[in-house]
Amino acid sequence: MSVPVEQGYGEVPSMETKERSIGLNLKATELRLGLPGSESPERENGGVLKSLVSGAKRGFSDAITDGGSGKWVLSGNGGSEVGLCKDGNLFSPKAKGVGECNNQQNPFSASVVVKETVTHSPKPLHDNKPQVSPPSSKAQVVGWPPIRSFRKNSMVSQPQKNDADAEAKSECLYVKVSMEGAPYLRKVDLNGFSSYRELSSALEKMFSCFTISQCGSYGVSCREKNLSESRLVDLLHGSEYVLTYEDKDGDWMLVGDVPWEMFTESCKRLRIMKSSEAIGLAPRAMEKCKSRN
Amino acid sequence: MQQQQKVAALSYSFPEEVLEHVFSFIDSTKDRGSISLVCKSWYEIERWCRRRVFVGNCYAITPAMVIKRFPKVRSITLKGKPHFADFNLVPEGWGGYVCPWIKAMAVAFPCLEEIKLKRMVISDDCLDLIAKSFKNFKVLVLISCEGFTTDGLASIAANCRNLRELDLRESEVEDICGHWLSHFPDSYTSLVSLNISCLANEVNFPALERLVSRCPNMHTLRLNRAAPLDKLANLLRGAPQLVELGTGAYTSEMRPEVFTNLAAAFSGCKQMKGLSGFWDVLPSYLPAVYPVCSRLTSLNLSYATIQSPDLIKLVGQCQSLQRLWVLDYIEDAGLDMLAASCKDLRELRVFPSDPFGLEANVALTEQGLVSVSEGCPKLHSVLYFCRQMTNAALNTIARNRPNMTRFRLCIIEPRTPDYLTLQSLDSGFGAIVEHCKDLQRLSLSGLLTDRVFEHIGTYAKKLEMLSVAFAGDSDLGLHHVLSGCDNLRKLEIRDCPFGDKALLANAAKLETMRSLWMSSCSVSYGACKLLGQKLPRLNVEVIDERGPPNLRPDSNPVEKLYIYRTISGPRLDMPGYVWTMEDDSAYLE
Repeated sequence: MSVPVEQGYGEVPSMETKERSIGLNLKATELRLGLPGSESPERENGGVLKSLVSGAKRGFSDAITDGGSGKWVLSGNGGSEVGLCKDGNLFSPKAKGVGECNNQQNPFSASVVVKETVTHSPKPLHDNKPQVSPPSSKAQVVGWPPIRSFRKNSMVSQPQKNDADAEAKSECLYVKVSMEGAPYLRKVDLNGFSSYRELSSALEKMFSCFTISQCGSYGVSCREKNLSESRLVDLLHGSEYVLTYEDKDGDWMLVGDVPWEMFTESCKRLRIMKSSEAIGLAPRAMEKCKSRN
Repeated sequence: MQQQQKVAALSYSFPEEVLEHVFSFIDSTKDRGSISLVCKSWYEIERWCRRRVFVGNCYAITPAMVIKRFPKVRSITLKGKPHFADFNLVPEGWGGYVCPWIKAMAVAFPCLEEIKLKRMVISDDCLDLIAKSFKNFKVLVLISCEGFTTDGLASIAANCRNLRELDLRESEVEDICGHWLSHFPDSYTSLVSLNISCLANEVNFPALERLVSRCPNMHTLRLNRAAPLDKLANLLRGAPQLVELGTGAYTSEMRPEVFTNLAAAFSGCKQMKGLSGFWDVLPSYLPAVYPVCSRLTSLNLSYATIQSPDLIKLVGQCQSLQRLWVLDYIEDAGLDMLAASCKDLRELRVFPSDPFGLEANVALTEQGLVSVSEGCPKLHSVLYFCRQMTNAALNTIARNRPNMTRFRLCIIEPRTPDYLTLQSLDSGFGAIVEHCKDLQRLSLSGLLTDRVFEHIGTYAKKLEMLSVAFAGDSDLGLHHVLSGCDNLRKLEIRDCPFGDKALLANAAKLETMRSLWMSSCSVSYGACKLLGQKLPRLNVEVIDERGPPNLRPDSNPVEKLYIYRTISGPRLDMPGYVWTMEDDSAYLE
């Protein structure tokens, strides 16, 4: 793989993109009442990297697959949100959906300095993902109100009476995420994201946790290393990983081929598998992957 | 002195068999525990004849210890993950694996008949082991469990000739194939209770029909959402003796014959007492259940997205109702009707239809609960989601229902004050604990200061479980609870400004409780270490996904903390983001 791992954290997203991302991601924002402009937890293992995102997810523009090699190989498609996580970063916007990885009462104020490793690429030409209008749904706090997943998931699939989209999106849609070699699964709330990019960043963080703890147990000082996907790759024996999902028909597909909304409606669960195993899923995407190398 | 001698004399004067016979009438774990404390010989006799064991926390004790003390167990209940796991606060892979238990019991308890698990992880291999190890296996209850597939169920079906009960309530089952049901042999007729409501896909319906019709003792049947309504009538005709029924999706194309068949089938169910299911309800089909309404004691409409008028029509016919679970579509008007018609009501749960919406979508307020508290003298268990509350309402409810034992109020928006006075709800909840002297379980919400905890510590002497979120001002709040609630067993707290002081000051209290959960509070890593060091009979587990806590300053607050008493030492199956605070300084570098 040839992605230059940028140790630098370079760009602070412009205010414009931040605002846009705030508007976009309100529903994915962790609601910290009493802490206006709350931010994501400091990412310790990132060491040098500190990310204080104001409430919303990172505000950088979406990248297209073309830029750099992605850990997650997502094929671009007109209209699809191509999240390309090559920004090997892990500041995670404590996405609600990411459930576990957040909820830390953060003493920091809402200063917004985002340092990340981002490989920016021009925005996708076809970006017709609709903005989520904040008033229709509430930003969610993990586990609040206290409703069991079983009940929440039942409510999601119920036909909504009115304004189906906005309402449905505000419910939780937890799917399991497994990864080759990881000892346990995770769950993410797909409705906590509005694009592939957000999803992939969150997954990156989630499974970095796993690698970090491994790293901790091997005595490696995590703080030193930049948790880019290349490092993840190093730890995971240098193979490239791809993100796949099982759809309602039971077929395994590569993530990224269809528009985001269609994906969330049909995705039953996710799996991060070695690219060598993903052969046959979507030739086009695999070619892209190889060419990147 | 003399008293002791008398007791000793008595115990020698009764042959063991007699004592055993007497003990056999005593089932409650608590009483059994008391018996075993009387004297050594009673301890011995009791342990040999104890048949049911309840382990509230699977990590509090090892399988070997249980087996050693109670060699002849027939029924075991185990609970795994903390309660907040239900709300996704516990990351995946946390633990709660039942496998070591099953393996040990497969060898030690060949006569085991019942396994009941809650919030545990069970694999297909385990299910297979159960199916093949216990010849007289009768009851398998898996509540909110996960880790298994329908293949594991197939093994149970194929091998457990004496199975009576299979209950998969709210478990996560990987649904590979609906044909697992067909693995029950044709000769198998002992099924009494089947709950498959959590399964995502259709089961093989003909196999289900045959199964149900050949088991004459079928008492409870809970179908899953995918079970089609137009097949329900036939199923019911094959089992008119059913007492508890959970329908599948309660909708179908509007066809008159489906309706009339269904109504006729329900008319034939003379024993029916409980109904549930009702996903995707088509209101015009509801009258089909009218024939059984007057006898119903339990009605779960919590998945039924029908509006107030239809709910009122239905519930209004159920005068014998003791338990009602419903969505907030019932609204205050429906609750008024409930209060007027259902005088035998004991338990009410009202769930939110739109919990994440910004505004109320239904006309359900504190008034509905007040009405029910006034009209239903036997009401003692409440779970109520709403968007507004007042101290006055809570006060009224408290005074109306001093017999309340479980009161769980969830005001959807955290820190919501009394909407009339804009004050905190301290005095309202204070009234609840003051008047409801037998309160065992309480969940708080709304705007609350340390004051409410002072009330709780003062009055809630029988309280066993307390759930707190977004409440309190300082450590004093936690201190009140830990120092005042004599019977507290489980305490779970999230997003409260509680730190080290109260915890350290009341460290000894923790050994008298089953468990304490604190997340998004201000307990420092240093305090956790200290607790772990000083109290060897506690497991102090820090859950922190930012990486090893010892890489941060001791004063840094931990993300989540789970403390539980145990006699089996630290567990060995923790995932990478959980650290047990030990006193051997293993983690201190």
